[in-house]
Amino acid sequence: MNFKNILITIIFFIIPSKSFALIEVDITRGNLNPLPIAISSLASDNSSKTQLTKLLKIDDVGLEISKVIENNFRQSGLFNPLDKDSFLQKPDIAHLKPRFEDWSLIKAQALITGKVTYTEEKLRVEFRLWDVLAAKEMMALAFTTVPKNWRRVGHIISDKVYERLTGEKGYFDTRIIYVSEKGPKTQRIKKLAIMDQDGYNTKYLTLGNELVLTPRFNPTNQMVTYLSYFRNLPRVYLLDIETGIQEVVGDFPGMTFAPRFSPNGKKIIMSFAMDGNSDIYTMDLENRIVERITNHPSIDTSPSYSPDGKFITFNSDRSGYQQIYIMKSDGSNVKRISFGKGLYGTPVWSPRGDLIAFTKLHKGKFYIGVMRTDGKGERLLTENYYQEAPSWSPNGRVLIFYRETKTDSKGEGFSAKLWSIDLTGYNERLVETETDASDPSWSSLLSN
Amino acid sequence: MILGRNIKNIFLVIFMSLVLSACATQTKKVDGQMQGDVYTGTDTVKYLADGVPDRVFFATNESILTTASRETLRKQAAWLRKNSDVTVVLEGHADERGTREYNLALGERRANAAKDYLMTYGISSSRISVISYGKERPVDSGSNPLAWSKNRRSVTVKAN
Repeated sequence: MNFKNILITIIFFIIPSKSFALIEVDITRGNLNPLPIAISSLASDNSSKTQLTKLLKIDDVGLEISKVIENNFRQSGLFNPLDKDSFLQKPDIAHLKPRFEDWSLIKAQALITGKVTYTEEKLRVEFRLWDVLAAKEMMALAFTTVPKNWRRVGHIISDKVYERLTGEKGYFDTRIIYVSEKGPKTQRIKKLAIMDQDGYNTKYLTLGNELVLTPRFNPTNQMVTYLSYFRNLPRVYLLDIETGIQEVVGDFPGMTFAPRFSPNGKKIIMSFAMDGNSDIYTMDLENRIVERITNHPSIDTSPSYSPDGKFITFNSDRSGYQQIYIMKSDGSNVKRISFGKGLYGTPVWSPRGDLIAFTKLHKGKFYIGVMRTDGKGERLLTENYYQEAPSWSPNGRVLIFYRETKTDSKGEGFSAKLWSIDLTGYNERLVETETDASDPSWSSLLSN
Repeated sequence: MILGRNIKNIFLVIFMSLVLSACATQTKKVDGQMQGDVYTGTDTVKYLADGVPDRVFFATNESILTTASRETLRKQAAWLRKNSDVTVVLEGHADERGTREYNLALGERRANAAKDYLMTYGISSSRISVISYGKERPVDSGSNPLAWSKNRRSVTVKAN
């Protein structure tokens, strides 16, 4: 996969939108009244359409881009994309100047229109966001890219509109790396897989010859760290998904596992197990210096940095049971923060810095929850037979995790799937994958 | 004072009877396959040699060797002493009711508990390597306490 040729250039900004918008979407609460939004098919002239159809084997790429946006907004739970059959105005005319009364008639509060052209072997897409009630344009942007990136254009438009309407960055032009699973529970075949956040463009990065677990993105580039059982030696690896080159991280005389990048992408933090004891270590990727961070006879694992890199959260059973701790990034000032009933694991620091998401086991049920970084304000978002390993969307509004089903009396019916849920505890959704899936990790925004 | 001591004795008696009744419920739990939540059956057990079981089982979240486990490991040690060219891998495992990363550490801890015991019975550490599979390789795909008890194990596998 080559990311260099998928740079998308924003070529101009039609009108700086200073007008006071009436529409605003509040994303801090569970949204029971998603904003009705009309996403018109993006219009295209006949010659562009013919050429793009030939090139992409898609009937109407303008329509398909609008569907990408529609699907993103529906999944977000914050918007209610209206049925295109109810639209009264044609896409090309609406894009020039919407007849706002037609759009308010179908109860649309916001409208997206756009245009697709094919010139000099490039796909050019422009769009406008309209405030229907105020009868005003809110934003207008255009992009050019290679035609095969048309889905990414849909994601970038979604991010721009999301940001304009919610005041926060979007998370649509992102990808998920995860472990694809197949086969019986006792002999699962696992491969690294990567896909767009909406489940499209799945690619498999390993062949399934060895067990692979817990892939995580570098927040600053296209590197991934994960655990591989290559040659039956479980070790943390580094993989460049642009080049496919991989290498072992460090030279440890035993199992290394639970890797994650530091926020600046320059270190890997992980556990190293030796003689029955697991402690936390870091390795600097530039000078290869390894540092020991914890030194305790208990199991210390699942480390995750705070976004400013100054603190680390991890789980440890030093109290007798698995609980969540925080410490300074040099390993000093270790403090337990989870004190609720049950076991706590897999802490992950929110990219916003204020919350830690975790897995909790209590009375035979597994929960995904969040707490403040001092351990107070615990909120459980979802309860199930088995689920764990939350990963934050780059804007810190959504968590993705995996869930496994209970098998029946014959030991059959096992499955593992990815799910997402809003920080509010609303909008729980199955994330469609080609195969069974686990250990998801959300990338940063690919553009901007 | 005397009254106080009597009350103390009464407490002691009550306490003792509680302990005894706890023991009673413990023994009731034995159904031929599990004691407490440690697997005691033989369904999944293979043998390194005649009378030498290949695996030991653990309680939930524990890596302590039970009396039965120690007996199994002493048999393994005796067999390894007799077959001094054999090297082994100890594969540590956990059940599915725990987070993946913690279970990797727990499997490593269990396999090392078995390794340490073999070493105290004269087996050189150079003949033993350890690998943890966490919860990745269950022997029983069931979602029930008996299946989980079979999966919490350390298995001694011949490496050569």
